[in-house]
Amino acid sequence: MPVTDVNKDLDALTMKITAEFDAGAERVWEMWSDPRLLERWWGPPNYPATFVEHDLSPGARVAYFMTSPEGQKYHGWWQINEVEPPNRLRFEDGFADEEGKPNEEMPGPSSAVVTIAEADGVTTMSIESKFASREGMEEMLEMGMEQGMTEALGQIDGLLAGQRA
Amino acid sequence: MVVGKEPIRDDEKAADLLFGALADPTRRDIFRRAQRGRLSVSALAREYPISLAAVQKHVAVLERAELVSKQRVGRESIVRAETGALKRAHAALNRLEILWRGRVGRMEQIIEADKGDS
Repeated sequence: MPVTDVNKDLDALTMKITAEFDAGAERVWEMWSDPRLLERWWGPPNYPATFVEHDLSPGARVAYFMTSPEGQKYHGWWQINEVEPPNRLRFEDGFADEEGKPNEEMPGPSSAVVTIAEADGVTTMSIESKFASREGMEEMLEMGMEQGMTEALGQIDGLLAGQRA
Repeated sequence: MVVGKEPIRDDEKAADLLFGALADPTRRDIFRRAQRGRLSVSALAREYPISLAAVQKHVAVLERAELVSKQRVGRESIVRAETGALKRAHAALNRLEILWRGRVGRMEQIIEADKGDS
């Protein structure tokens, strides 16, 4: 597994995960900047993601949906705040209705700061994910439970495959 | 309170416990019921075609994963979903960790697989 550190702050409601890749920073950046690559890792194998709008520039919105095994679509959005290719990306993300508007009935938004730095051919990427509010976190736990669990279970395959790699 | 810098091994163990606990449909069902309100173990046992001892085992697995807690009230064992504020934060952050570990693992697979192609 490429994960080298996980750091959680229970007061700030943040989780920071750090990973190392045997690749250059540009290649790791492509994982975010190329929607076709993004689709291969954003959703778990049983909830694949399709990105319908993808523009990584400040103020732009990204729109995607994930498809459940039963064919139900869950729409999501990103609001891009900061972009510094290939080193930094900051965005908010949340659930949307079918028109792509933020869905009030789904858990509130969270934010993510991605930093990518290359040294001696090894690239370190860290992602700090933060719940916008304690209410948003509670909603995620209560309302997103069903999907959250399915999603978590869908990760098992990915985790095992990652360990074998 | 910062619960950082704990060894990865502990995080992985917690994730293993969580995965293991939720990998079983009966346990997922017990957990869902516990989220809706308190339940006695004996009432739970009447819901499934398995023995009381088997239900108790399922509850113990959920307890170890810190998804539910069990309390003795008179002669009854009462099960409820963990709702303490810190536990809630822990659960939410653990879920973020699982989500992102999965994503990072898949990124790694793409990077390694594409190397082979080029």
